[in-house]
Amino acid sequence: MSAKDFPVIVELSTPGRVGFSFPEPDVPERPIERLLPVDQIREAPPGLPEVSELDVVRHYTRLSHRNFSIDEGFYPLGSCTMKYNPKIHEETAALPGFRRLHPYAPAEEAQGALQLMWELERALAEVSGMDRVTFQPAAGAHGELTGMLMVRAYFAARGEKRTKVIVPDSAHGTNPATAAMVGYQVITVKSDSRGNMDVRALRQAMDESVAAIMLTNPNTLGLFEESIVELEEIVHGRGGQMYLDGANFNAMLGMTRPGDQGFDVMHMNLHKTFTTPHGGGGPGAGAVGIRSHLTPFLPVPVIEKEGDLFRLDDARPQSIGKIRAFYGNFGNLVRAYTYIRTMGADGLRQIAETAVLNANYMLARLRGRFDLPYDRVCKHEFVLAGTRQKKRTGVTTRDMAKRVLDYGFHAPTIYFPLIVEEAIMIEPTETESKRTMDEFVDAMLAIDRETQDNPDLVRSAPHTTPVKRLDEVRAARQPDLRWKTRP
Amino acid sequence: MTARQKSVDVAARAQHKYIPATDAEREEMLRVIGVPSVDALFADIPAAVRLNRPLRLPPALSDPEVVAHLRALAERNTHCDSAACFLGAGAYDHYVPSVVWALAGRGEFLTAYTPYQAELMQGELQAGYEYQSMLCELTGMDVANASMYDGASATAEAAVMAKDLTKRNEVIVSTAVHPEYRQVLRTYTGPLGITVAEVPHRLGVSDAEAIARAITDHTAAVIIQHPNFFGSLEEGKALADLAHRHGALLVCAIADPLSLGILKPPGAWGADIVAGEGQSLGNHVNFGGPYLGMMATRQEFVRRIPGRLVGATVDTEGRRGFVLTLQTREQHIRRERASSNICTNEALLTLAAAIYMAALGKQGLRKVAGLNLQKAAYAKEAISGLRGYRLAFDAPTFHEFVVRTPVAPEEINRRLRRHQIIGGAPLGRWYPDLKDGWLVCVTEQRTREEIDRLTSALEEIG
Amino acid sequence: MYPKDLRYSTEHEWAKVEQRRVRVGVTKFAADKLSDVVFVELPQVGAQVTYMEPFGVIESVKAVSDLYAPVSGRVVEVNTSLSEAPEVVNTDPYGRGWIILVEPKDLKELDKLMTAEQYLKAIGEDPE
Repeated sequence: MSAKDFPVIVELSTPGRVGFSFPEPDVPERPIERLLPVDQIREAPPGLPEVSELDVVRHYTRLSHRNFSIDEGFYPLGSCTMKYNPKIHEETAALPGFRRLHPYAPAEEAQGALQLMWELERALAEVSGMDRVTFQPAAGAHGELTGMLMVRAYFAARGEKRTKVIVPDSAHGTNPATAAMVGYQVITVKSDSRGNMDVRALRQAMDESVAAIMLTNPNTLGLFEESIVELEEIVHGRGGQMYLDGANFNAMLGMTRPGDQGFDVMHMNLHKTFTTPHGGGGPGAGAVGIRSHLTPFLPVPVIEKEGDLFRLDDARPQSIGKIRAFYGNFGNLVRAYTYIRTMGADGLRQIAETAVLNANYMLARLRGRFDLPYDRVCKHEFVLAGTRQKKRTGVTTRDMAKRVLDYGFHAPTIYFPLIVEEAIMIEPTETESKRTMDEFVDAMLAIDRETQDNPDLVRSAPHTTPVKRLDEVRAARQPDLRWKTRP
Repeated sequence: MTARQKSVDVAARAQHKYIPATDAEREEMLRVIGVPSVDALFADIPAAVRLNRPLRLPPALSDPEVVAHLRALAERNTHCDSAACFLGAGAYDHYVPSVVWALAGRGEFLTAYTPYQAELMQGELQAGYEYQSMLCELTGMDVANASMYDGASATAEAAVMAKDLTKRNEVIVSTAVHPEYRQVLRTYTGPLGITVAEVPHRLGVSDAEAIARAITDHTAAVIIQHPNFFGSLEEGKALADLAHRHGALLVCAIADPLSLGILKPPGAWGADIVAGEGQSLGNHVNFGGPYLGMMATRQEFVRRIPGRLVGATVDTEGRRGFVLTLQTREQHIRRERASSNICTNEALLTLAAAIYMAALGKQGLRKVAGLNLQKAAYAKEAISGLRGYRLAFDAPTFHEFVVRTPVAPEEINRRLRRHQIIGGAPLGRWYPDLKDGWLVCVTEQRTREEIDRLTSALEEIG
Repeated sequence: MYPKDLRYSTEHEWAKVEQRRVRVGVTKFAADKLSDVVFVELPQVGAQVTYMEPFGVIESVKAVSDLYAPVSGRVVEVNTSLSEAPEVVNTDPYGRGWIILVEPKDLKELDKLMTAEQYLKAIGEDPE
């Protein structure tokens, strides 16, 4: 550590200091050696810091000041749906009856929690047009794994051997990674000039060896798959399953339902569409909706209602098993349920309408100054290209994204999807005001001017963040993944 | 279309507090876009798949109404504050110091995302680095990742990692590993062609002789849990030595890392991968989630560990800073050849765990582990002294133990409700030969008065 | 930039005959395209490699590529210094940045590879 470095907690350690308060045992104390074999007893205490409670409070409060959040400002991170996370969700999720409820509490002692899950399942089934929903997956990619395992089990039950999965070239990286985890060979199909999946290419790639297509809709370019009806006919015509990556579900709420589009299975990122806080990268919650032909394969347990009682059903012989312990990220289910009950049917539709309106408004204001490889009405997000700026003065999308930070905003998603060179992916969400969006657009336009007038300023950005541009090459060449000091 | 018609288009909309756009702003935005209505923005959705009716959902509730509704649901549950909880089995009622969520719950952390722009996200990145460091100190391992989903999925991913490292296709798992972890292990490994051989426990601990008979040159890993599902300590070193003699790895699942405040860490007895559940580190039981999947390993295996890693580096002015690193392992770069498809993790819970470990520190972890050990020992002795009740196994335990009961455990639990007690986990659903097996957990949260209340209630029942 | 005495593969490896053995690395073009190389996963000495099959992996911060063997044979030496200093692949791709040394099954296999001139054309660069 040098003097200008922000300390890590262990550097604040002072021998003898404590930050906890536990009682002395109220039971007769035995010598540890009589309770544990001597060779199993820890010899030296773990090398954790020795700090006071105020040390802890100041340290992590200061760290929080070195972090950007939705609470602080605009976070147009495309594909991530960084909308406002209502404070009331934290209150309902923290109710002792939820937060302090043990997962193995007998079902009759957990009726409120089971009812909440059951009601949430009904609501999400209605919104998605699916028949059943499982909440076990902890995140979107985990939902993909769950969904694709069900697809695999479905074909196994039918005695069909299918070995491939089709993904578009614009797909999230999790899609091919998931297909591989489930043992499928990945076939990539190109997008056409309008940013849709190429219908002819799909027709060529699709045959009886393909288990499923994994689509995102609206896709990762923020565009609705205009040929969805044909795509569905091609895939189902050859007996394949339609998987929807629901990362972009926000744009569809109340307007169109994946089940009605022909999808057999989908995941919903509750931390995106249903605004459970992202927590710096998690926890999420990846609900998976399915049409009824996949019901036998749902992970166990499934919640059933009998009369007025809710119970957990484990006896499901065709189930794919379990994908994690217990029932899923329940705390986030409380938040998502609170949200749906606060929005209602009309509110959910307003979300989609406004998210799409906002995105198109920002697109309209930025269109002339940035390249736009697929110039169509977008849905909840759109993808620009920084190619013009790069050609002009060599300033890259990464440079411009870093410069955005200086203007007090989080940067858009960059370099994704992979099919757009120097991609800049902007998703405003419905919770941002016109004023905020205007401020951001003005910043983007100012940065575009800077790339011409003062490219070095952009190239050396950010200038106002707690640290300047970080050396990622060094981090990868000489990995330093933990402190080495022994307090 | 005239302005007047546009007004009709957006009329009668109740303004929602989460959606700031006013009617006037909507019209202005539509004008800039150059379309007559919001509906025109959805014209690319084929009519055949449009939803032409309102969603069938219960009506929207105001804030006071929604809180009242949620409170009513919550109050139907018997929870660890309304009754004395002796349930463990992979989810533990430990005391969570106030500082943990007062800090981890700050909006700056809560409403941030994955640190894609490292310069702006030093807070959560550094907290991740601190978590990784402290988890290494706790487990005695060289490197830890920035979290998996939960203990079960972390254990399953550890098996996949062992397959990648050894290029072998079989894993051996002891039935003394949490039944749900084993279920998840089978779910993950099946499609990848990894065979899972379950070796029955013997008297509540992993059976080293049976594992020695089962292990072959195709064994990628031996998977144990320590303390195991029954609360018993395993002979970790002997099992690690056995695995290593056959070129296999030893994967140690840990369901309660607080045990490491007093038990020798897996890194000290030869574990190659530690996977487990970090819920005990500052997180509530939450009806099973969100939880914290922990994973730590040896330095030489770092390029095969799944999930995100935070690394320290410097900025252009030489100041220390933190970034996500070694990302070529991950799905967004390696796609179908990634070590795992994991993307979103449990970052907020690693922050909570870091705060918890920092607050308890070097002395506190030992202290709380000691309380668990002592109280469980007291309860174990008291219950096993009751007529009709006996300990199922002899092996030393940490804070959980199995009792064989004179009345079915489910029935005992039902009768304990009158005493404001949440009883232990009945084991029959997982172990047919343990239909009278009752897994009791005693954490530092339980008082002597509660333990005595349990004991006298059991006496009455038995 | 592309020495005349080397042969080049379509996957951007070069091969150089040295006393009946073949030294293998990646081309300047590949090194530039990857940008800062941070890691090279090497095969074991003694491993068999097969013509145009992957034998290792090369990584930069944001990209990863397989390394393909330009010739079949047995690995007799690997460049262990790359674990400490992977950046030499960028700074000296044809010298200190070599990756493996192979005892080839059949040197004639190299005839299937491109000459410097053909390689330049393949990557769309002007021979000048």
